[in-house]
Amino acid sequence: MAPNVHLAHISDVLFTWTVFVYAVAMLGYAAEFAFARLARARGESPARSIRLGQAAVAITVAGWGLHVSSVVTRGLAAHRVPWGNMYEFSSMVSLVAVTVFLAMLTRQQVRFLGAFVMAPVVLYLGLAGTVLYVPAGPLQPVLNSYWIKIHVVAAITASGAFMVSGVITVLYLMKSWLERRAASVSLGPGTAAAVELREPAVGVRGNARAMVDGVARWLPSSERLDRLSYRVIGFAFPVWTFAIIAGAIWAKYAWSRYWGWDPKETWSFITWVVYAAYLHARATAGWRGRRAAYLSLLGFGCLMVDYYVVNTVITGLHSYAGVG
Amino acid sequence: MTDTLPETTSAAERLSTAPSYTPSGRNPLLRAWRQLTSMRTALLLLALLALAAVPGTLLPQRGLNPAKVAAYFSAHPHLAPWLDKLSLFDVFAAPWFAAIYLLLFVSLIGCLVPRLRLHVRAMRRQPPRAPRHLLRMTTSTDWQASDAPGDVVAHAAGVLRSRRWRTVVTEEADGAVSVAAEKGYLRETGNLVFHIALLLLLTGIALGGMFGYKGTVLVTVGDGFSNVQSSYDVFSPSRFFSNTHLPPFSFTLRRFTATYQPNGQPRSFDAVVGYQPTPNAATKTFDVRPNDPLSVDGSDVYLVGHGYALQIRVRDPQGRVVYDNATPFLPDDAMFTSHGVVKVPNGLSHQLGLTGFFYPTYGSTALGAQSVYPAADDPTLDLAAWQGDLGLSSGQPQSVYDLPVASLKNVGTTQLTPGKTWRLKDGTSVTFVGVRDWATFQIAHDPGTKLVLVAAVLIVLGLLASLRVRRRRFWLRAAPAAAGVGSRRTVVHAAGLARSDADGNATEFDRLVHQLKD
Repeated sequence: MAPNVHLAHISDVLFTWTVFVYAVAMLGYAAEFAFARLARARGESPARSIRLGQAAVAITVAGWGLHVSSVVTRGLAAHRVPWGNMYEFSSMVSLVAVTVFLAMLTRQQVRFLGAFVMAPVVLYLGLAGTVLYVPAGPLQPVLNSYWIKIHVVAAITASGAFMVSGVITVLYLMKSWLERRAASVSLGPGTAAAVELREPAVGVRGNARAMVDGVARWLPSSERLDRLSYRVIGFAFPVWTFAIIAGAIWAKYAWSRYWGWDPKETWSFITWVVYAAYLHARATAGWRGRRAAYLSLLGFGCLMVDYYVVNTVITGLHSYAGVG
Repeated sequence: MTDTLPETTSAAERLSTAPSYTPSGRNPLLRAWRQLTSMRTALLLLALLALAAVPGTLLPQRGLNPAKVAAYFSAHPHLAPWLDKLSLFDVFAAPWFAAIYLLLFVSLIGCLVPRLRLHVRAMRRQPPRAPRHLLRMTTSTDWQASDAPGDVVAHAAGVLRSRRWRTVVTEEADGAVSVAAEKGYLRETGNLVFHIALLLLLTGIALGGMFGYKGTVLVTVGDGFSNVQSSYDVFSPSRFFSNTHLPPFSFTLRRFTATYQPNGQPRSFDAVVGYQPTPNAATKTFDVRPNDPLSVDGSDVYLVGHGYALQIRVRDPQGRVVYDNATPFLPDDAMFTSHGVVKVPNGLSHQLGLTGFFYPTYGSTALGAQSVYPAADDPTLDLAAWQGDLGLSSGQPQSVYDLPVASLKNVGTTQLTPGKTWRLKDGTSVTFVGVRDWATFQIAHDPGTKLVLVAAVLIVLGLLASLRVRRRRFWLRAAPAAAGVGSRRTVVHAAGLARSDADGNATEFDRLVHQLKD
């Protein structure tokens, strides 16, 4: 069946609006941060900044609705699941990342994550909509299996969650850097708090540092960030494991073997091993904390290689998922 | 394995059965063993395993694409032999790669055995008694009750048991009664199941590697295949595979259909075969498609490729047919521009060889003639004829797709469409009769697959339990109130402790306390 051009166009328009609305939401979260800081400096109540943050959440939900509509119309236009190429896959991964963030919001106060989740999401979608974009079309015969629903959905879900955990890990490293600095400046009980309250010196070189400083001050404790990122990885890791296994079962049907060290399989395996190392590191004395955090970031880096480098640079059996 | 606790944690607070010994002692063997089975070593080996897999994706691998390895050798004639000495073109079969994962598994077993013992012991043991000062714990609370201490604790123990906590009630000094409860043993069970399943997985993989086989064969429409080793174009048995284990099935390729999108991308493939599971069994029909292999007697038949075979008939100057076969041509691009060779060694005064390019849909482009669509809509064959000694009797092995043209004499070129005949100068005639499809099938048997699947299911289940279940403890102590303290008879202290997920634990604790207060 030929793709429905009209619906495909609607999907593209919805996609553009999604990116725009997400960008506005991102600015909203950033504004909340800026106004909260201003209010704190003046000793006023942070009511206005909180309202800004709540508005940003509402805008995110609206963007999420647009995003879902864009994905659904894309699927309807192509008469198949809307995750058959890199453009669609990137869109879905971002959708999962936003969904994970919104789901976390319903359980605990994590609005501080807003700007940091939305920034990579907007970047990712921007990349998907420009570099990776392909018009809606049918699937290649080898992809035409119900395993595409199981294997790819699991891979997308895990990737979206790993993206969120990666963001939290970066924030964790910023915060723990600040905490260590505060601790080293502290001269005795009570002085650490005094150092905390002092606004950082702003100079030519101090600007970037001051920004990291300002953001980090606003974040919850590094311990909480660490727990948060662990919880997200604790969700994503079994899903990723399942994605690899489902992929192996599909490979058995499609390519006659469940495992063949194809570059995509190998990088998925590497990613899995690095995150497994993270889970072990978190339980090993001397590796907890920052070292484990670096492993988690390395795992996310491997996931990005698995996705972008393997699909575009290294040829393998997954090359059909590539651009064009 | 996860879940060791820092050495600073007191024994009462230990919620993990992980051994926490450190490498020490005088016996160097014991020392080495402890070092190998320590978490730090496991971490290092995991990192090494990830690192070791990387070159397998950056350099061409023999197991995946031998032609690319050969190309790498000719592009880097000095470097490649050195890389080859380090097994870098067979990374996943390399001794150093095996060394890493075998060490990892030895380390795993060394860690697993004591933990298994400790876990079995912990499962049988009663929860540890309530610490003396419950209110000193982070998650704790107190309230007063009007029931007697014994009744308060009996009620609490009942509620806990109905929620599947393991409980033990203790009568303490001064009339106090306490209940200790523990839940979430499934966490460590899951952890152990996950790691044992990894060992099962390795066993399953080894089983396939030792007793399986695979092979590929090209079959032209109308032709058949029977499952004996000599029928295969390529056959790779595993180390302990014996030919007598080949199941005696056979099949005939009845029809092959490919459909394409307007831009030439494939839409569907169907290879309809008639097959017999055993020589005397009734013939059944099956449509082999991508993702849909034919399973016969433990072996699977996969459709892995397709192309065109050209029916060519050669007659000698007297008109006798000396050659009449469908010769498979190999595709060179996505539009199935294909090349092939026809060899006619017998029946003519000179041996005759034909080299050809086939275009299923002929198109003339700036780059020269090439196919512009993969379906055979406008089939055209470019042929060159060669005479001389084809070298078939030289004893040298020769590919059916190559002709040693350097030692042959070119006797003309032409372009043919189906039904057309080309007459050479000596009176020999070459007829392009028509086009037939061929399909390549991969036939494979892996006796380890079922075990691998079971292991994979256990891996996911074990992982879910070990990451989602919280091991936690709950204590409640009810003591008679000192005279004059409030109006109630009993003072209740309660505390909770969890190894992980402090937030989730606090929520559960609050809910539990809320229910016990009523």
